[in-house]
Amino acid sequence: MSFLDYAPAPESRAILSLRDSYGLFIDGEFVDGRGTPFQTISPASEERIAMIANANDADVADAVAAARRAYDRVWSKMSGRDRGKYLFRIARLVQERARELAVAESLDNGKPIKESRDVDVPLVAAWFFYYAGWADKLDHAGLGASPRSLGVAAQVIPWNFPLLMLAWKIAPALAAGNTVVLKPAETTPLTALIFAEILQQAELPPGVVNIITGAGDTGAALVSHEGVDKVAFTGSTAVGRAIAKQIAGTDKKATLELGGKAANIVFDDAPVDQAIEGIVNGIFFNQGHVCCAGSRLLVQENIHDEIVDRLKARLSTLRLGDPLDKNTDIGAINSREQLDRIRELSDAGVAEGAERWSAPCEIPENGFWYAPTIFTGVQTSNRIAREEIFGPVLSVLTFRTPQEAIAKANNTPYGLSAGIWTDKGSRILAVADQLRAGVIWANTFNRFDPSSPFGGYKESGYGREGGRHGLAAYLAPAPIGQAAVARSATKPAITADASAPEPAAKRPRRTQKATTKGSKR
Amino acid sequence: MPAPVNAGTALATARERALAVLGGEPDDQTLGRYLHGIPGVDAVGLEQRAAALGTRSIKTTSKAWALDRIIELIDLTTLEGADTPGKVRSLVAKALNPDPADPTTPRVAAVCVYGDMVPFAVEALGAAHGDPDDGLISVAAVATAFPSGRSSLAIKLADTAEAVAAGADEIDMVIDRGAFLAGRYGEVFDQIVAVKEACRRPDGTSASLKVILETGELVTYDNVRRASWLSILAGGDFIKTSTGKVSPAATLPVTLLMLEVVRDWHRLTGHKVGVKPAGGIRSSKDAIKYLVTVAETVGEEWLVPHLFRFGASSLLNDVLLQRQKLTSGHYSGADYVTID
Amino acid sequence: MTRLAVPKTYKLYIGGKFPRSESGRTYEVAAPDGRFLANAALASRKDARDAVVAARAAVSGWAGATAYNRGQVLYRIAELLEGRRAQFIAEIEESEGVSRAVAAAQVDESIDRWVWYAGWADKFAQVAGNANPVAGPYFNISVPEPTGVVAIVAPQDTSLLGFVSAVAPALVAGNSVVVVASERFPLSAISLAEVLATSDVPGGVVNVLTGSPAEIAPWLASHADVNAIDLVGAGALDWISLEVDAADTLKRVLRPENGQDAAAPALGRISAFTETKTVWHTKSLR
Repeated sequence: MSFLDYAPAPESRAILSLRDSYGLFIDGEFVDGRGTPFQTISPASEERIAMIANANDADVADAVAAARRAYDRVWSKMSGRDRGKYLFRIARLVQERARELAVAESLDNGKPIKESRDVDVPLVAAWFFYYAGWADKLDHAGLGASPRSLGVAAQVIPWNFPLLMLAWKIAPALAAGNTVVLKPAETTPLTALIFAEILQQAELPPGVVNIITGAGDTGAALVSHEGVDKVAFTGSTAVGRAIAKQIAGTDKKATLELGGKAANIVFDDAPVDQAIEGIVNGIFFNQGHVCCAGSRLLVQENIHDEIVDRLKARLSTLRLGDPLDKNTDIGAINSREQLDRIRELSDAGVAEGAERWSAPCEIPENGFWYAPTIFTGVQTSNRIAREEIFGPVLSVLTFRTPQEAIAKANNTPYGLSAGIWTDKGSRILAVADQLRAGVIWANTFNRFDPSSPFGGYKESGYGREGGRHGLAAYLAPAPIGQAAVARSATKPAITADASAPEPAAKRPRRTQKATTKGSKR
Repeated sequence: MPAPVNAGTALATARERALAVLGGEPDDQTLGRYLHGIPGVDAVGLEQRAAALGTRSIKTTSKAWALDRIIELIDLTTLEGADTPGKVRSLVAKALNPDPADPTTPRVAAVCVYGDMVPFAVEALGAAHGDPDDGLISVAAVATAFPSGRSSLAIKLADTAEAVAAGADEIDMVIDRGAFLAGRYGEVFDQIVAVKEACRRPDGTSASLKVILETGELVTYDNVRRASWLSILAGGDFIKTSTGKVSPAATLPVTLLMLEVVRDWHRLTGHKVGVKPAGGIRSSKDAIKYLVTVAETVGEEWLVPHLFRFGASSLLNDVLLQRQKLTSGHYSGADYVTID
Repeated sequence: MTRLAVPKTYKLYIGGKFPRSESGRTYEVAAPDGRFLANAALASRKDARDAVVAARAAVSGWAGATAYNRGQVLYRIAELLEGRRAQFIAEIEESEGVSRAVAAAQVDESIDRWVWYAGWADKFAQVAGNANPVAGPYFNISVPEPTGVVAIVAPQDTSLLGFVSAVAPALVAGNSVVVVASERFPLSAISLAEVLATSDVPGGVVNVLTGSPAEIAPWLASHADVNAIDLVGAGALDWISLEVDAADTLKRVLRPENGQDAAAPALGRISAFTETKTVWHTKSLR
């Protein structure tokens, strides 16, 4: 036998007590949806996990109304201290039910249990802990004294980190005093619904968080609902763009976390073994279903062959298979649709002349799988170097000088993240300065922390999640007092409130809206 | 990263390999240039990789195989000022028959003792003394003014020669950490070469040389990496983490790093060098992490006594307890394994 | 006998130069009483395109300058403006038909806003940035960086103050701007450009277009090489369409404000055109 085959080490599913079907979580209760229910499956086996309710427009309206009631009657009036205590409760309950959540996540999403267990779920708890403490300290959020919450937040999240994205959205929203209607992705609703049970255990007041399930049309109905004050979306740039257009001219504030095509830049003095790990972690973590994945490896030309050789050797040790096996490194692709897209782009890479190499691994019979793949000889003009593949596919390009590396790294409409690998401190800082990306990892990659702001430049979206910045995204400065209104037109004064970031166009825009109504499309 | 060196027969000797890799005489300057030209180590990344390897879950058949293999890779060790012939005989008895209740239990690879204890170990082993590949047990002796290494080269060589003459199959030497940290790489190199020479027996064969870096005193990973390269260039058959007398002794990140050097050396020259983590590995669980790290870094073919060893004493009994659990299905207790 | 005055030709300001509109068009700028004041350049979409090219080329130098240096350059504008105070007062008096005192108040406030924003240049990052206490062996810091090229539809109700109030904050962090001046009161914007040209502001950092915001703004809103658009003065335009166009490349958008006090000084005006960049690095003694 081969020791490296490792006997199966499956995580037990016994910890799960799933229902056969799940309703919508509105106003603190599970209710039936009025759309046609759909099933959620395990992408690793294609077996049905549960039936999921489908929210139609009326259900969306109910959820928004519940959130509005909870906002008006309870949550906006509650002290920050008590809001914080609810969030602390949630954090603890997540920790208590961590294994159950991890198993459910891996089952529904297809990600390896070691990632849901060691990364996703611990970060979920950390996110609630972090923002819990903010709830009674909003004066220090950077918006001046007594900032106000926005109201009802509509949150639409993707399938790649279902529960973690939920935490990124709900924790700061509630800490800031908003109520929430959240829609998880169609293919990964399970953990959000278990989370709803956690909210019941936490005795969170009904309506403060509502979770509605459905597909893109449900999300669109939610985002465009007029009762919504804040939109937070994580997903593709195409949908993000549509949302930005949809809410143009409204009072809605938006945070958009969209696509990426991150460069992972490896200089010839890099700590090579760690760089290899960083490259692997950068693109093969979560099957490459990561918006900030290091999907473009920019390697200094003089070490290209060496790096590629080492990378191939390393990839050959990756274990693809059952997401619930504790030794699985690469789990299942989340859906057939996504698998098709990965295949299409990958084939395009071959057609454009790049050389494809896939790690030798056995592909299970059922489910959706894609072996870790590297493309060498990729040119900056190739589709696989420009489009987000969102799968375990790495494009390798070369550079000669730091300037060229920066130019190539920035040569994309995206700007979410980037990696730098070099032993030279001055180069790290200078390159980091010039990369047009919201998160730069130097000699590491794909690290996340609730205190660390995350978000993109350019078409990777706007707004930040995490840290003080992520809190501010759910707040507005205190309404400007009479002093500002009374400013003389002839003697404008720089008054004390000048230092408070103004609600960009919030106040005047209301006036504006009234005057322009009817003249717009 | 240096280009691969042709690993043909022309480079059969350590010195020839070293000259080819270094491109010059192994003096302080040449060695310094070479060792400081090796890519650095990012400590955080190294430790994370080691931690990730440590999360592998080894169950059922894999675990059974691993437990037996751990035993077969152990240098069962006693290195006390209080060591006596009686203690060494007891150690040897344990090495020969680790679990009297289960004759299927494999033997350890070697016993590891101070030089003056070698004759007692050899005598106690009797016909069982020999190559672990043949199911026999080797005698390893620590030498070269172990553990500090603070004495003259002449004494270190005499220490070594005496142990070899007494029947030691393997010599565990210590490098001069002071010389290394002061940048006198040539001196460290020359000492290893000289000790290796002292390992030679009259019949032309040679005791195997394990070079102890004492990583706890080198402190940084960059130092460990350089010392590993230096020791391999000088002809060490094994690189070993620690004496067991300095804390921290073996750690998984340090061992991973040394395995990476061994892997790179193999890529470069085609020549295989062994690795021996020693000190501080007490549980089966920890030892299995090392096996995983070896298998996933240099490959499973390294999990043989000639390429990987555990320097340990209490580890053996923990492995036996786990082994009994696997066989019987229930947990065992300390009274059901023998003390040596 | 009175001296015959020498009138000024008001042109565009693009890339540090004062070209006429490539279209050759001008439009008549009149005082409130209908008196002819000047022919201002009627910028075309190609002028807007040229201005974006100039702005893009200027970003790296301006963003790359030290914050201390940017602060001094912005303060230098205030100094030069102070020296030409009388010129601006007279121009505003004529253009807006207001009293000398009202015009003077506008000029003085404009100067003071430059001073206020100049002072932010080397403090803003400290206030908007963070050291983040992440749970791991990492150095982690967040800093605001300029968004890039910012298009601005300047407030339409004042000659100078609105223009300064919208432009100054965008410059603080290191953006370069393409500004469409007030359609009715474009003269002070061009006079200010003369100040900018003789101060230490690098060419291309501020580009001024005069003409019809309704004509030019859509080209800026849809321009893929513009990173953000400030619609503060676009209230009378179809600004929702502009916001929709801007969404094509996910531009950062500030929505319209009305009144004389549009774009009142605020830290939020600086941060609106910055991107928070978070840098992680491992740390270890080993």
